Amino acid sequence: MVEKHTVIVTVLNSAGVLARVAGLLSQRGYNIESAIGAPTENPEIYKISLVVAESKEHIEQITKQLNKLVDTLKVVDISHKDNYIVREYIILKMDVTQKKRVDLFNLIKYFKAHPIDITSDHMILELSGNPRKIDRFIELMKPFGIKEFVRSGEFAMAEYQTPKKGEKNGY
Amino acid sequence: MNGAEILIDGLKKEGVDTIFGYPGGVVIPIFDVLYSCREIKFLLTRHEQGAVHAADGYARATGKVGVALVTSGPGATNTITGIATAKLDSSPIVVISGQVHTNNIGTDAFQETDMFGLTRSICKHNYLVKNILDLPHVLKEAFYIARSGRPGPVSIDIPVDVATAKLKNYNYPDDVKLPGYKPVLRGNPMQIEKLARAINVAQKPLLYTGGGIVSAGASEELRQLIDKTQIPVVVTLMGLGSVPHNHPCFLGMPGMHGRVAANKALVECDLLIAIGVRFDDRITGPRHTFVPNATVAHIDIDPAEIGKNVRTHIPVVGNAKDVLKDLIEKVKPRVKNSWNERTEYWEEKYPLTYKKSDEETISPQFVIERVNKFAGPETIVVTDVGQNQMWTALYYHYCQPRKFLSSGGLGTMGFGLPAAMGAALGKPENQVICISGDGGIQMNIQELATCAINRIPVKLIVINNFYLGMVRQWQDLFWDKKYSQVCLLHSPDCPDECRGPNENCPPQYLPDLVKVAEANGLPGYRATSFSEVDEVLKKGLAHDGPVLMEFVVNRLENVFPMVSAGKPLSDIMMGD
Repeated sequence: MVEKHTVIVTVLNSAGVLARVAGLLSQRGYNIESAIGAPTENPEIYKISLVVAESKEHIEQITKQLNKLVDTLKVVDISHKDNYIVREYIILKMDVTQKKRVDLFNLIKYFKAHPIDITSDHMILELSGNPRKIDRFIELMKPFGIKEFVRSGEFAMAEYQTPKKGEKNGY
Repeated sequence: MNGAEILIDGLKKEGVDTIFGYPGGVVIPIFDVLYSCREIKFLLTRHEQGAVHAADGYARATGKVGVALVTSGPGATNTITGIATAKLDSSPIVVISGQVHTNNIGTDAFQETDMFGLTRSICKHNYLVKNILDLPHVLKEAFYIARSGRPGPVSIDIPVDVATAKLKNYNYPDDVKLPGYKPVLRGNPMQIEKLARAINVAQKPLLYTGGGIVSAGASEELRQLIDKTQIPVVVTLMGLGSVPHNHPCFLGMPGMHGRVAANKALVECDLLIAIGVRFDDRITGPRHTFVPNATVAHIDIDPAEIGKNVRTHIPVVGNAKDVLKDLIEKVKPRVKNSWNERTEYWEEKYPLTYKKSDEETISPQFVIERVNKFAGPETIVVTDVGQNQMWTALYYHYCQPRKFLSSGGLGTMGFGLPAAMGAALGKPENQVICISGDGGIQMNIQELATCAINRIPVKLIVINNFYLGMVRQWQDLFWDKKYSQVCLLHSPDCPDECRGPNENCPPQYLPDLVKVAEANGLPGYRATSFSEVDEVLKKGLAHDGPVLMEFVVNRLENVFPMVSAGKPLSDIMMGD
């Protein structure tokens, strides 16, 4: 069964590392739905969040192959872990006439989205939250007229856990 | 010291005694240092592809890291096939390529190609060294990565200005800092225990071993396990030699052109103990039909191989040698049972057979049998790819590991001659025989001159059927004998639709391989009839130096046994 998995890859911040990770997936015939890479609090370490829609077996193979890369420190498929906070960010450009604005503002308030730019017939909104909330928001915005939107892709962080005795709180 | 001096010093510190390669514009600074370097022998091949295959052959024969050095652009791209060949067969090589000046990278400069991008998917790891400060640790890491864990090729791209840049206080590092790379050697004791228990209760256990045994140097441990448990063993193309051919438990090579006993054993076994293998599709056939009755145990140093192609019930991640040592202690001795009798019965009932030569034509299998007769256990046999490779795998009797070198995973035609050259330089004390076809030999035939001029004593055997035989065999069996573009005799005078040899075939075969040999400065001998085979082999193998022996064989001979692509291993064609 194919479903979306969010895979967090912690790698050394070496030249071309994002290409290595992305290339590995395409080389083995897997499609990346989204990928975000950015440095972390440790300048030597870089984190890549991938969303891949594949079967469980394929995801297992993907994580093994990613682990095999010399620069890879850790690979976690967080899809079925509830101790991760997953977030996504979106900016939408809406085509809105004066008539619809009241309804739209109600929804925006409910979702805690922020209007960034408002003109007489356009509005740009931003919203962050878990990916399901973003999906729902897009659905609800459609009838108002979405001109374009940009999603960040998913990124995540493990919740704070007190390290067990003898366990290193690494990466 | 400058970058080039550091590079050569690093190679010396890594124990490199031979480099295979080809010079060019941006690597002149490195060749300038090599000019006065006496500790490292440089072999100038006639093509960069030859250099990489030679480094690969050197690595496979010696177990050491093979090194190739080439220039940027075309020099670099010519190494691609060789690197991919080494990757698919887990052969440890380091390929050093020159690159344009760092200021010119990305400008489509003269002889610039993105080697870092090109090699990414065919290397174990690769580097572009943009700063002289990185060169020492990159070298150290490259050799460590190439030879450790599951071995493989590493590419290092060095811009010309890095080769000329100076570094003060140069020290070659003592160890590597690779926090993301830690191969697991010892297997998990619980998993080994579980495997031992499975072996103790199995009625029809079967060992399936491959190149991982050779890489790990675990032939001795494997033999001990077999001797203690009497478990029958099938050995893949890459593992040939790791179990002596005459061992009573040895069932031969399995797969598409596997021995009948080996394939039947796979179909019937109830426990498959796979060690250092990767369940290649040429072995398994359709995956869901493979070992239908078996619990699958898989020992491999590469965790990504476990469960990749076939569902594994007992995974053990670790080095074959370490895991086998632990496993031998934990398994109970086992005596031969009816399962052993059954495999021995298959061995007897289905021997390898072929139509014996009459006076007119030579059977290719017969040539391999005679090579076997004249060669010793220390002889290293290198093959090219295709029918010649399969006949050698089936009919040659291997006794020792690292004595059969062949491009298994990538199936690279043109591998044979340069790889044999590298093996001969790495193992000067061993006789090296290269068995090629008339197609493959023409893919790196330029290295004949390299052999001759450097007096590298490769004994080259060409099995000549005037065909690209393996493809012709498929066209014969599955494509209604439509021999499309496989005949090397084909000329404009031939009919458009040829269904095989007939009296109108052009009489002249080009090139005349004996003349090619002679033009390259080595003797060439040709056998066209049965009675000449031994004579040519004796003369050729006795010659002190490189030599070419051509055997003009039965044109339409096919490799059997054969399991068609897409068919399960139970579906074996035996030929006529």
